[in-house]
Amino acid sequence: MTGNEAVAEAMRQVNPDVVAAYPITPQTEIVQIFSTFVADGLVKTEFVTVESEHSAMSATIGAAAAGARAMTATSSQGFALMWEMLYIAAGLRLPIVMPVVNRALSAPINIHCDHSDTMGARDSGWIQIFSENAQEAYDNVIQAVRIAESRDVLLPAMVCMDGFIVSHGMESVKLLKDEEVRGFIGGYEPAYSLLDVDHPITVGALDFADWYFEHKRQEAAAEVPVAEVVRRVGEEYGKLSGRSYGLFEAYRLDDAEVAVVALGSTAGTAKAVVDELRREGVRAGVLKIRLYRPFPGDEIVRVLSGVKAIAVLDRSDTFSTMGGPVFIDIKASMYAPIYDDSVYDDSVHGPVRGSTHDRDARDTGARDTTQRPVIVNYIYGLGGRDIDLEQIRKVYERLQAIATTGEAGQCVSYLGVRE
Amino acid sequence: MANLRELSRKDELLTGGHRACAGCGAPVAVRQVLKAVDTPVVVGCATGCLEVTTTIYPYSAWNVPFIHSAFENVAATVSGIEAAYRSLKRQGRIQRDIQFVAFGGDGGTYDIGFQALSGAMERGHDMVYICYDNQAYMNTGIQRSSATPRGAATTTSPAGRVATGGKSQYRKDLTAVMAAHDIPYVAQTTISHWNDLITKVRKAFAVEGPAFVNILAPCRLGWQIDSADSIEICRKAVDTCFWPLYEVENGVWKITVKPKEKKPITEWLRPQGRFRHLFKPGNEKIIEEIQADVDRRWEMLQKRCEVGGAGMMPRE
Ligand SMILES: Cc1ncc(C[n+]2csc(CCOP(=O)(O)OP(=O)(O)O)c2C)c(N)n1
Repeated sequence: MTGNEAVAEAMRQVNPDVVAAYPITPQTEIVQIFSTFVADGLVKTEFVTVESEHSAMSATIGAAAAGARAMTATSSQGFALMWEMLYIAAGLRLPIVMPVVNRALSAPINIHCDHSDTMGARDSGWIQIFSENAQEAYDNVIQAVRIAESRDVLLPAMVCMDGFIVSHGMESVKLLKDEEVRGFIGGYEPAYSLLDVDHPITVGALDFADWYFEHKRQEAAAEVPVAEVVRRVGEEYGKLSGRSYGLFEAYRLDDAEVAVVALGSTAGTAKAVVDELRREGVRAGVLKIRLYRPFPGDEIVRVLSGVKAIAVLDRSDTFSTMGGPVFIDIKASMYAPIYDDSVYDDSVHGPVRGSTHDRDARDTGARDTTQRPVIVNYIYGLGGRDIDLEQIRKVYERLQAIATTGEAGQCVSYLGVRE
Repeated sequence: MANLRELSRKDELLTGGHRACAGCGAPVAVRQVLKAVDTPVVVGCATGCLEVTTTIYPYSAWNVPFIHSAFENVAATVSGIEAAYRSLKRQGRIQRDIQFVAFGGDGGTYDIGFQALSGAMERGHDMVYICYDNQAYMNTGIQRSSATPRGAATTTSPAGRVATGGKSQYRKDLTAVMAAHDIPYVAQTTISHWNDLITKVRKAFAVEGPAFVNILAPCRLGWQIDSADSIEICRKAVDTCFWPLYEVENGVWKITVKPKEKKPITEWLRPQGRFRHLFKPGNEKIIEEIQADVDRRWEMLQKRCEVGGAGMMPRE
């Protein structure tokens, strides 16, 4: 089945109380398939056919605040139109789950895959999980429900998958049984509900300077345990399905000297290249990031610490002349542990639950300025431009040269573009 | 017919202690609206004066479940709540009967929120949408909206040396636009006519499906009137036929309060500082044009009511 079909199946099995959605290519199919499930009575969902994505997210927020399990799905311009409400969903701590089929942003208008849309909201407070293929998109939607609703998290989560490549490509996908999904996600008991009329609550109050900062600090604190929850849910899901998930996939990285970092379907292409290179005796590996927000920088740096040269592949640009977003994140993570318990005063702030920090990370030498791997960036595949095995092989060849000389040369390059 | 004694015994669902200005029409409108509901109610509110003056954390003036999410989307937010209610009720996870009401200012209703409002009404969500119309964006400092009447001076339609007449466009007739949505109930009322207001809001809640009620509710700062005159100025709006009180029930148009004697528009304009410049020499023509427009609209409304609708036949 296609990625869109797989995601629609996952949504059917999750059986949300409310889905509000608006069509946009290449997400449209999800909404269409889901509405046939509604029309055939296969779900108990109240399906709200809103007049825009802004209203889709607004209605989803209303439904979630009313204590319902609520979902929507979007792409590209629709995602951008939701932007204002994305921050509100996270700020109100509503565990909404949203599949996003990644597509380029206008202008120029383009319907094909890149990651510009979701990268625009990487700092909105949403959890972002990327999927390599239809199987992962399916698995991730189910896990996202558990992650978002986890009591120490309560944050919205988006499950990203590459437009057309994953959304429309045909693959064989293993589905769980309906009752397995139901058992895995469990029933939903919201902490608060607007429909609990005997216990009225005020949602979305006005915060002046005397409270806003504290509430934002609490939101930031809620991001800290996410990685641990993602790992736990990924393991538990593995026991159920035979497919375990972590924060990322370290493919043949143990002894790697050169490595490529990528999100989504491109990681799969890079893995194929690595298999070839390994047969030729090249110590190559791939780091596929799954959890992109919150960013598990400490762990990523740790698995990359033994690598000599790294190329980060970004399917979007920041237009900052500093390279792509993933590149900037990884480079920043290479300088110092983010959560340093030794300088964190628990008595003032309370413990950082599930901190991703490991005291030993500082001892690996990865953060030592002289031993840091050389890292370069490639912006690629904007607007659905294909990336092939040959191009990725060229990247590894350059990495091998960098590994021997220690010279990076140009830091940010554009791969597969006519200059 | 509402009974004052009975209404005064009901709980205050919007409590005192909120931070709206003395004489603000919005909380008066809300209190009257909430007095009209007997079932438990969930309130949604757009960004604007009403929201910011009633929910300053850690306090809340609302004794009912309340949500504010953004400026332009209260209709969509409440659509989601109502959808959740329908879903959970169908699943037997809640039993109570609950009503849903959305409040928006004229900015959040006539302008930026119009799309979400139109969408929610078209989809038929069972909610009552209340616009408290103070005829400008008051929360951000009295900027013109499409509800601002012709001639009014606002901070973005000031009366200047060249443009001496304030806002040059007439206001949008949103109530008529909502009637064109062919929803079960649409009405226009104001806080000076509490009985009319409560009767209409009761009807709005009683219908199955969406209802829209437009309530003229002064902003004493923006209108430049005395705090004590808010109610009086609304009476003048009705008496001059600037703000006719009417309803459209299942497509049938009906004037609910007919002034005994139609007063000249100057009686509505003169007490308000925002129209002061119109009374300067040279602007007489503007006042004449405003009067002509009010007359034309009042004629049109009367005709619509005579035929029971602008060519619209009532539903079975
Ligand atoms: C998207 C967006 N644009 C602008 C604003 C700024 N803003 C907040 S309230 C408001 C005006 C509100 O006017 P109205 O709806 O008439 O309500 P009132 O303040 O008069 O009660 C504006 C422009 C906003 N909050 N969000």
